[in-house]
Amino acid sequence: MSMPFYVSPEQLMKDRADFARKGIARGRSVVAVQYADGILFASENPSQALHKVSEIYDRIAFAAVGRYNEFENLRIAGVRLADMRGYAYDRRDVTGRGLANAYAQTLGTIFSSGGEKPYEVELFVGEVGETAADDQIYRLTYDGQVADVHGYAVMGGAVETVVSFLEPRYQDDLALGDALQLAVASLGHSETGDRVVPETDLEIAVLDRTRTQPRKFRRLRPDDLRRLLGERGPSEPDSPQPGDAERQVPMSPSGVDDPADPTDQISGAVPPLEDPRTGEPTAPPQPEDPVAPPAESGPDQPSPQPVSPDDPLS
Amino acid sequence: MTVADGPRLPAAYLMPGTSSFSDFLSAAAPDLLPSRRAVPQGHAGDLAPHGTTIVAATYPGGVVMAGDRRATMGNIIAQRDIEKVFPADEYSCVGIAGTAGLAVEMVRLFQVELEHYEKIEGTTLSMDGKANRLATLIRANLGLAMQGLAVVPLFAGFDVAESQGRIFSYDVTGGRYEETAFHAVGSGSLFARGSLKKLYRDDLSEVDAVTVVVQALYDAADDDSATGGPDLTRRIFPVVQLITADGGRRMADSEVADIADRMIAGRMVRPDGPGAPTLTGGDA
Repeated sequence: MSMPFYVSPEQLMKDRADFARKGIARGRSVVAVQYADGILFASENPSQALHKVSEIYDRIAFAAVGRYNEFENLRIAGVRLADMRGYAYDRRDVTGRGLANAYAQTLGTIFSSGGEKPYEVELFVGEVGETAADDQIYRLTYDGQVADVHGYAVMGGAVETVVSFLEPRYQDDLALGDALQLAVASLGHSETGDRVVPETDLEIAVLDRTRTQPRKFRRLRPDDLRRLLGERGPSEPDSPQPGDAERQVPMSPSGVDDPADPTDQISGAVPPLEDPRTGEPTAPPQPEDPVAPPAESGPDQPSPQPVSPDDPLS
Repeated sequence: MTVADGPRLPAAYLMPGTSSFSDFLSAAAPDLLPSRRAVPQGHAGDLAPHGTTIVAATYPGGVVMAGDRRATMGNIIAQRDIEKVFPADEYSCVGIAGTAGLAVEMVRLFQVELEHYEKIEGTTLSMDGKANRLATLIRANLGLAMQGLAVVPLFAGFDVAESQGRIFSYDVTGGRYEETAFHAVGSGSLFARGSLKKLYRDDLSEVDAVTVVVQALYDAADDDSATGGPDLTRRIFPVVQLITADGGRRMADSEVADIADRMIAGRMVRPDGPGAPTLTGGDA
């Protein structure tokens, strides 16, 4: 058994792809739908601050699923690349294709390099043109593959379910309201039945070529959504999912020492070194003994909590 | 892009931390920054066209900025329809005096800087934040300024947090000074400021505010050879940018022409423009 394991390149790539796919499949879906005046991006995202759909440049938008820190990094890189190009050349010289290529190269290199874990992300890069025929949506996967998609596209957790809903219902040149209703209904669709997603949990943005400003990206606020969606019956928020950053912060009840929680305010047998509010030392330092000995747990003190061997954090 | 990076975006693109486009440029492509340009020793100021007078004034609910249309190179009029007032973002604008080429480049950088921050952070900079960013860009230009390539902008905008128009002036070292009510920069600014002092009131309507700044530019052009007056034969009139709570817009040329025509009709009767009462509080 002293021989190093041989892993075939096929197996290595398959393992990495499985790893990335699993990470992506845990999150929610993002839908992109072309409509008469541009491209609509829709996602169910309970967070109002951590966006999945964002503006990159005048005519270019970005949507992502997967790990937030990884796609946020790619989003910022995209904004930098686009702004740099626009500044060095001209605003019209920034294209979605150029951006998609840069993303594809980056994702592909990270996926196949041995030293890094593959990014668990999938991206859409959408670019709106002068007419509907010029609109483009690029879909990029974790391994750097690029696909040029038309009509509608879905990525994330429940791709097959959402596509099965969209496929028979999608038409070219939908009005904004119809495209929005279709996209939102597809997000609420599942094998067990259809659900009305609350407006406040929807993250919707459009690239709208009819805007007079050069920047065509616009987010639709809950008020806009209510107006465009009309009466939909009682809504029902989805249960929390691993991708919902704001709902998964572990917090111990105050007053309980949990060694697994770095944010708790109680440190059990060990007294805090400083007052958490003032920052002052809690006990005056001993002048004759400037170096405090480590606190010992004597027989009269409660011993530190035993850590079970199967604790993942030990 | 080094070989070690492989075919991917260089590290500077993926580095978290900065929301500033000029900071990013200084890491990724420093040669694109105007301030990083090496200029040989000597005075270069006469080689390039200079922009001249910019005036700005606040009024209840907004701020107006206007610039004349002349660029000069020594005694030559380099361009008679140059534009020197630009929107910086939705709620602010910047007017430039000094070396035209560098100034236009700096405005472009400033525009990208504001938009870049907005896209990365998902929120706009505060009015003071914008004014400070512009000061940083000018400060970086000090070396060029000492060789005669100075850029002195005037920055104005509507502060959404305070619901009022604000004006900031700068010096070549990047000093930033907030002005109350009105200000002017450029070669004709002394005359424009004198004119504004007599015509400005703090209850001006939008049209009156535009009329006041157009009057001030006329007075500047009257006494400063580098400032261009309204060109009646070619119908070239000042660029006027208005910023209110609804955002910024450039006043249509036809509207400015209308105001300028009425002003000139008045000057036909009294070439020095409207007179002010000799004592404050007296009958006008």
